[in-house]
Amino acid sequence: MIKDKTAIVGIGQTAFGKKLPESELELACTAVMNALDDAGIDRAEVDGLASYTQEAHSEVELARNLGLGDISWFSQVGYGGGAGPGVIGNLAMAVATGQCRVGVAWRSRKRASGAVRRPWSKTGSSAQEDIATNYTRPFGVIRPVDEIALLASRYMHEYGATRDHLANVALAQRKYANNNPDAQMVNKTMTREDYMTSRWISKPLCLFDNCLETDGALATVIVSADRARDCKQTPVFIHAWAQGFHAQHQTMQNFFCDDPLHGPSWVAARQLYRQSDIQAQDIDVAQIYDAFTPLIPLSLEGYGFCDRGEGAAYTENGNLEIGGALPVNTSGGGLSEAYVHGFNLITEGVKQMRGTAHNQVSDAATCLVTAGEGVPTGALILRR
Amino acid sequence: MTDSALLPFIDDTNRPFWQGCQEGILRMQQCPTTSRLIFPPRPVNPWSPRDKAIWTEVSGRGTIWSVIEPHPPLILNFTKLAPYNAIVVTLEEDPSIRLIGNLVPAAGAQINEIAYEDIVIGTPVQAIFESINDEITLPRWVVVRQ
Repeated sequence: MIKDKTAIVGIGQTAFGKKLPESELELACTAVMNALDDAGIDRAEVDGLASYTQEAHSEVELARNLGLGDISWFSQVGYGGGAGPGVIGNLAMAVATGQCRVGVAWRSRKRASGAVRRPWSKTGSSAQEDIATNYTRPFGVIRPVDEIALLASRYMHEYGATRDHLANVALAQRKYANNNPDAQMVNKTMTREDYMTSRWISKPLCLFDNCLETDGALATVIVSADRARDCKQTPVFIHAWAQGFHAQHQTMQNFFCDDPLHGPSWVAARQLYRQSDIQAQDIDVAQIYDAFTPLIPLSLEGYGFCDRGEGAAYTENGNLEIGGALPVNTSGGGLSEAYVHGFNLITEGVKQMRGTAHNQVSDAATCLVTAGEGVPTGALILRR
Repeated sequence: MTDSALLPFIDDTNRPFWQGCQEGILRMQQCPTTSRLIFPPRPVNPWSPRDKAIWTEVSGRGTIWSVIEPHPPLILNFTKLAPYNAIVVTLEEDPSIRLIGNLVPAAGAQINEIAYEDIVIGTPVQAIFESINDEITLPRWVVVRQ
């Protein structure tokens, strides 16, 4: 079992913003160097590299630019926002089994600049992206927000969830971002009226149900638990991790299955808790993938913080805020800090476990980090 | 009314579905062993992978499962049509079979003629067919008059 055999000992990031001057590769290299400095490990020791299949530059280019030495293990995980915890978990397995000793994982994106910033805006035949888009794009279901809005609309109908519940998510995260100097939205406050009067993107979802568009990069360094105890920082142990997708799952267009509101998160959660001493009721703080607000109530259900259909009500009474039942996305998350395919959720989890987060949950000792609901997903449980 | 750029790519696997639309028939793959329907079409039958799927005609009747109203930023003609509706329909024969489409008042009508607020989840609907060009006919949906 992988339990506590490895730890995250370094985290690094670049600035988050729009139209940053550096290329994706330069941003990636900066984030990796920052993570190695944070860990106090020389780059010559790096021998494992883990990334997303959607990364614009290969491990080889990263290694050549950073002047790394021999690399003995490398791997990528697919499905965009479904990847993050899987990237970390696969690297942890490689370190735990001795395939590499110092592993680096990263994600770099220039979503807020450049010519092809929105993958959905390609205008080839519909099957160009995925066979299933043959049966969605010709009908004007074109963007990820349309696909999630179809799930959200059904969820609201079935369980009585309202826009006020989705606003609870957006407002809680904006409040966190307003106290996080790294966040893109640090200086932009949001009221419930701002949310309610913002423009529609795909009704019932409005502008503030959508994540940011961000240029930026992040990285982590992972070593064995033994090595971690000698590093510069307090080690944050990878207690458990899992991946999952359910029978007849279809990435993003997850309508072609028995029960679209019972998605990949439920599969990942089952495997996660099976190998974990830490269960849902023991989690102090959570970083839940949030490309769109409805993913929060769905994931709260999937990861067992409440029963099915109760995720929306769970957002009431400040439950997601500091002092609430489960502080969620304490950096501001993808909605209000930065959207880098969820990698900032991983580094925020590490900061919470170190006790150095801008919105620190007092005495937090356990953190859940998830990838996206609605795509092949993954999750981590981190602990001090 | 739909840009050719976003039209489906027809191949050997899915051709019977799109040909059916041209003929005004909703056709689906079916497992010959278990009789379960299969959608979207695929080359291997997931319910019995050694038995090739057959094609069967279905009723075209269903129920609205979800509804949205996309607004810009969009692309191509969808920008001009916005806001329009898009719905998910569960099929009468097997509610786990879902089709994405648009609700229209009648054949030939635009997908932006029925407002989001006037579409009720749970409403019974029937497939109709709209010819886009010589090769492509898309299914659309109309409310079944009780």
